[in-house]
Amino acid sequence: MLEKALRGNRGYFIWIAFLLILVGIGFQFYLRQLAYGLGITGMSRDVSWGIYIGQFTFLVGVAASAVMLVLPYYLHNFKVFGKITILGEFLAVASVTMCLTFIIVDLGQPSRAFNVLLHPTPNSVLFWDMIVLNGYLFLNIIIGWTVLGAEAKGAPPPKWVKPLIYISIPWAISIHTVTAFLYAGLPGRGFWLTAIMAPRFLGSAFASGPSLLILICLFLRKYTRFDAGWEAVQTLAKIVTYAMIISVFFVLCELFTVYYSQIPEHEYHFTYLFVGLHGHSGLVPWMWTCVVLAFIAIALLINPKTRNNEAILPIACAAVFVSLWIEKGITLVMTGYIPSPLETITEYHPTIPEMGITLGVWALGFLILSILYKVAVTVKQELAA
Amino acid sequence: MDSSRRFFLKIAGLSVIGVGAKPITDVLAQGTKPKTEPDPKALAGRRWAMVIDHKKCLNAKEGCKDCVNVCHQVHNVPNFGNTKDEIKWIWQTSFEHAFPGNENPYINEYMKEGLKNLPIMVLCNHCDNPPCVRVCPVKATFKRADGVVMMDYHRCIGCRFCMAACPYGARNLNWKDPRPYIKTELNLEYPTRTRGVVEKCNFCEERLAKGLRPACVEACKEKALIFGDLGDPKSEIREVLRRNMTVQRKSHIGTRPQVYYIL
Repeated sequence: MLEKALRGNRGYFIWIAFLLILVGIGFQFYLRQLAYGLGITGMSRDVSWGIYIGQFTFLVGVAASAVMLVLPYYLHNFKVFGKITILGEFLAVASVTMCLTFIIVDLGQPSRAFNVLLHPTPNSVLFWDMIVLNGYLFLNIIIGWTVLGAEAKGAPPPKWVKPLIYISIPWAISIHTVTAFLYAGLPGRGFWLTAIMAPRFLGSAFASGPSLLILICLFLRKYTRFDAGWEAVQTLAKIVTYAMIISVFFVLCELFTVYYSQIPEHEYHFTYLFVGLHGHSGLVPWMWTCVVLAFIAIALLINPKTRNNEAILPIACAAVFVSLWIEKGITLVMTGYIPSPLETITEYHPTIPEMGITLGVWALGFLILSILYKVAVTVKQELAA
Repeated sequence: MDSSRRFFLKIAGLSVIGVGAKPITDVLAQGTKPKTEPDPKALAGRRWAMVIDHKKCLNAKEGCKDCVNVCHQVHNVPNFGNTKDEIKWIWQTSFEHAFPGNENPYINEYMKEGLKNLPIMVLCNHCDNPPCVRVCPVKATFKRADGVVMMDYHRCIGCRFCMAACPYGARNLNWKDPRPYIKTELNLEYPTRTRGVVEKCNFCEERLAKGLRPACVEACKEKALIFGDLGDPKSEIREVLRRNMTVQRKSHIGTRPQVYYIL
C-alpha cells in the first residue's frame, strides 16, 4: 500500500519536500546538540525541562484523541465515523512518533536510551510511559494498516484485529494518564501536585486532537476528493466543544483550590503564570493568549450557528488547538519550575537550535502523517471510484 | 532436503533458546559474594546523617566557604562561571530559600544581627524516602543500605526526571562537557563526569570506603558539620541530636531528609 504515497500532484511533493527540508534543518541542529550537550538549549539547573518535554506532553494528548473516533465507531457502531476512524489512528501514529522523538532529543545521554529496557524499573513512571507509548504506537499502526489493507482488497478486516481495537481504547486513556502521573506525583512541585492533572490532560486531549482532525478533514474536503461528511465533522465539533469546556472547567477548579486555600507553594506558580512574580512575567503574555483563544473558541463552538458555519468552524478549531498547545506545550512544564524548590526565579527562553530541533521533530511527525494520510485517502478514493 | 532443513531449524531454534537463556542462567548463577573486598579501614554505618550547626558556623570569619571549596575540589566539580550551567554539591543560600515558607518579617533582622548575615549551607539531604530514587527509570540513582543516595554516572541517561522530583534543588545536569571547566587541581582519586549525566553530593562515599569522614566535615574549622551513624546510639551525632532542637528542610513532605539543622 505504501507505494500509493509515491504518486501525487505537484502540491503534494512540494509539501513533502518542504517537510524534508525542515527535518534536515532540525537534524543539523540535533547533531550540534549531540556534540555540545543539552547546554545548547535554554534549559538550566532550575528549569531542567523545556519545550521538548512540553511538546511531548501536548502531543501525547493529540495521540490519545484517536479514541474519540475509535470508541463511537467500534463500540457504538457509529457509522458516521467509518470513513475517518483511520485518520484518527494514523494521527495517533504520527503523534506518538513525535512524542518518542522528543523524549530522545531531550536525553542527555541518548546512546544510553536502551538502559530503560536493560534495567527495567517499575517504580518509575517514566518506565511505564515508555511501555504505554510504544504499545499505543504499535496498536495503532497495526490496527490502522490492517483495517485499511483489508478495505483496499474489499475484504472484511481479519478477526484478530478486533481484540486489538478494544485494547486500544483503554490504552489511549492510559497514555495520557501515565504522562500526567509523571508530573502529579512529585512532592516538591506545587504546580503539578494535583490529583486533577490526569483528568485535565484527558479533557484537553479530547479537544486538541479532534480539533486538528476537523481542520484536516476540512482541508481534505477542499483539496482532495475525500469528503469525511459534514455530519462527521459536526459530531467531532461537538466533541471538541464539550471537551474544551471541561478542560477550561478543570483549570478553573485548580485556580479555586490554589487561591482559596492560599498555600504559597501552590499559589506562587499560578501567580507567576497569570500576572508575574517578583518582576518576572515571561509566561504572562502566553497564558493570556491561551485564555483569550480558549474563550473565543468556546463562544464560537457553543453557538450552533457558528459551529455549523464552514468558514467559522476552522477558526474555532485553530483557536482550540493553539490555546491548548500553549497550555500543555509551553506553560504546563515551565511553570512547574518557576519558582524553583528554593523559591528562586530563573526564567527560561528556548534557543535557536532548540527551536530548530523542535520544528524538525514536528516536521517529521507531519511527514509521517502526510504519507499515511496519502495512502489512506488514495485507498478510500479508489474504492469510491 | 526436507530433513536437512528440519535439522537446520532445530539447531537454529536450540541456539536461539541457548543464547536467550544465557542472561537468565547468569543471574541465577550469581553468588552473594561481592566481587571486591572492602577496605578493612572503611567506615561502616547503619544510617549516615549530618547535622549542620549554624551557631558554630557563626564563629567562622565572614565569607568562609571552606566546606564548599574542598567538596568541589575533591569531587572535580566544574566551575562554568554562570548560573545556567552551574553545578554545585554544597552551597550557601539564604534562610528563606533554604526554608521557604518558614520566613517571617523579623527573621532577616535576626539573621543579620544574630547570624552576621551568614547564609545557610544546603546539600543533598540523602532522604530516607528519596523521590529522586523513586522516579529514576534506570536505577542510576539509588539508596544504599547505609542511607547514602548514590549516582551511577555510567548508567544515567540524562532524562532529568530526578531533577524534577528533588524538592531541594540538590541535583545538577552536566549541560556540557565539564572537564575543561574543572578549575581546581584534578583529584585523580575521583572520576570526572561526562556531559549529559546528573550529579550531586554523595556524602563522600569514596572517602567513607577508605575510612575517612566527608571532606566538608573535615574542612570545617569550626566543627559546624557533624557527620555520623544514626544507627549507633553512642555516636556523636546521636548525642548532638539528643541535646539540640533541630529542623530539617521541608520535613512535611515525607521525604525524611537526613541533614539536620541547628539554627
